[in-house]
Amino acid sequence: MAKSIDVSDLNIYYGDFLAVEGVTMTIPSRSVTALIGPSGCGKSTFLRSLNRMHEVIPGARVEGKIVIDGQDLYGSEVDPVEVRRQIGMVFQRPNPFPTMSIYDNVLAGSRLNSKRLPKDRADEIVERSLTSANLWVEVKDRLNKPGQGLSGGQQQRLCIARAIAVEPQVLLMDEPCSALDPISTSAIEDLIHELKSDYTIVIVTHNMQQAARVSEDTAFFNLAGAGKPGNLVEMNPTRKIFSNPEEKATEAYISGRFG
Amino acid sequence: MTGPLKSTPRATEATPMPRTTSAQTRFPQAPRPERGAGTGRHLSFGQPHLPWWAGWLVAAVSAAAAALLSLTLGWNIAGGAVVAVVLFAIALPTWSVLVESSRAAKDRLVTTLVWAAFAIALVPLVSLMYTVLANGLGVINGQFLTYSMRNVIGQGGGIYHAIIGTVLITLAATLISVPVGLLSAIYLVEYGVRNRTARTITFLVDVMTGIPSIVAGLFAYALFALFFGQGVRMGFGGAVALSLLMIPIVVRSCEEMLKLVPGDLREASYALGVPKWRTIVKVVLPTALPGIITGVTLAIARVIGETAPLLVIAGSTDSVNTNLFAERMMTLPVFIYYSFTQPGVPAQFGQDRAWGAALVLIVIVMALNLVARAIGRTFSPKTAR
Ligand SMILES: Nc1ncnc2c1ncn2[C@@H]1O[C@H](COP(=O)(O)OP(=O)(O)O)[C@@H](O)[C@H]1O
Ligand SMILES: [Mg+2]
Repeated sequence: MAKSIDVSDLNIYYGDFLAVEGVTMTIPSRSVTALIGPSGCGKSTFLRSLNRMHEVIPGARVEGKIVIDGQDLYGSEVDPVEVRRQIGMVFQRPNPFPTMSIYDNVLAGSRLNSKRLPKDRADEIVERSLTSANLWVEVKDRLNKPGQGLSGGQQQRLCIARAIAVEPQVLLMDEPCSALDPISTSAIEDLIHELKSDYTIVIVTHNMQQAARVSEDTAFFNLAGAGKPGNLVEMNPTRKIFSNPEEKATEAYISGRFG
Repeated sequence: MTGPLKSTPRATEATPMPRTTSAQTRFPQAPRPERGAGTGRHLSFGQPHLPWWAGWLVAAVSAAAAALLSLTLGWNIAGGAVVAVVLFAIALPTWSVLVESSRAAKDRLVTTLVWAAFAIALVPLVSLMYTVLANGLGVINGQFLTYSMRNVIGQGGGIYHAIIGTVLITLAATLISVPVGLLSAIYLVEYGVRNRTARTITFLVDVMTGIPSIVAGLFAYALFALFFGQGVRMGFGGAVALSLLMIPIVVRSCEEMLKLVPGDLREASYALGVPKWRTIVKVVLPTALPGIITGVTLAIARVIGETAPLLVIAGSTDSVNTNLFAERMMTLPVFIYYSFTQPGVPAQFGQDRAWGAALVLIVIVMALNLVARAIGRTFSPKTAR
């Protein structure tokens, strides 16, 4: 079910501003790929181009190719809505729907698309998704309470449950732990470990230890200077990146001798 | 077993903590006493404070002084009240600056001014409510609410026909304005970001806000005269005129409410593979619903008292008319206008009915507000905290 992603010569624009230039990489399936790099180098931009969320911003566009399972994501016959159904996303700030209960938040993917689910099937999806998101035990007695009544870490895990409830092929995570305390962070890292047997996961993180802990491969993005486009400096197995990176810039960034 | 064990840490935590934390938060930069350097310099955070009854005392004294002054000089109660407030606003801060600090005195002065402004804003409201209640309450009874003015001369009769007309015309105006206004707002916020059409629409809506209500009435008259000939009178025409006044208000308030919905929620929905239109219908609108309902209610309250356009196009009648599309239709504002300006002989009965109708109109508007609040509360986002 999980698929690998082939990116070639990707240029990403906001209007006339070239934010990310010339990215070529292969993201392997059933594994975790971490994106690291200084702020503003285009990690989020690149991540959002992987499920066509980038073009939601007015004027934003993409050049180049992203191929998943033999299909070009940006081909003319591709429906971006269908792409997003297959490639889920978790955002930096937890964003459960305020008008919905915990239960409905998990089912949001089908509820919002007006898919009819038999009650027992819906119950099963909710329990399975919340269990995979390590949240079931904490919320099973208050599924009908509003999702916004949860703590930040619980809300983020609820958002993860919501994303995996629609059974995507790929899961994109943009700094999912940056607003969380260490305990919630570690719960989410455990979760990532469990999920990678089924999903292709791409995670943006500012935390080197986190990248080292959770990922198989790491891609280092950098930018030449303010106002210049970001670019991919190096992508290698995480162990290699953190022990002997090929590029000087990578080593400088990882060891903290940067900027 | 578990009870006492659990309570111990809480108890030790609870007792000494509050004092230290409040002192620290109030004086974050307060110098901490250093070890060894504590050679007798005493730290004091306390300050002399006026007693709690200081405000009441000053108020009583200024009121008494003002009363004395206005009695001797023969002023009325308003003059006395102004003098009392001025005395209070001078005396209390002066006392405060002598005993407390200049910061506390400023605080007391500004607090006094703010309360005075609040009271001034309240005066016309209270006075209006009092006048309408005093004049209108005696008129209202079962007959007044359930009879029309058909074949009534002098005493008796009621405003049933006007209530029916106002309710029907306002309802029709709402049914026209809400879809148009809400859809325009959705276009402006969700689709037309920064483009030329959206800017044009926004400009036109601003222009529409400024249309005088009589002009809206004349427009509706001219429009319906095209189809039904000169001299047309129709309740629906009144609804069209009112919706002309309502639409810009609805657009504006819905626009503000839709803008308040966080972009995060839209993105969360898109990322689940939900198309844009479903995102708007199922995420954005429900989240903004309480605000939208409040905005629509305010728009209704704003137009329900319109008189001029209804005079022109809905006309005036003494009988009940429940058909929006034919014949004259009475409305409360028009009823008030005619009862007051042409009360008949003797004038008293007509004018009493005008006050009664005014009271009913105000009650309807208030009831609308309460209903909107209730609806808004039932639909508002379910936040536990
Ligand atoms: N909505 C936007 N409109 C215009 N420029 C943007 C927008 N979002 C990000 N950018 C620009 O794109 C570049 C990359 O940003 P981003 O992808 O957020 O970086 P990162 O996630 O690595 O910190 C930055 O220069 C940023 O200013
Ligand atoms: Mg980012």
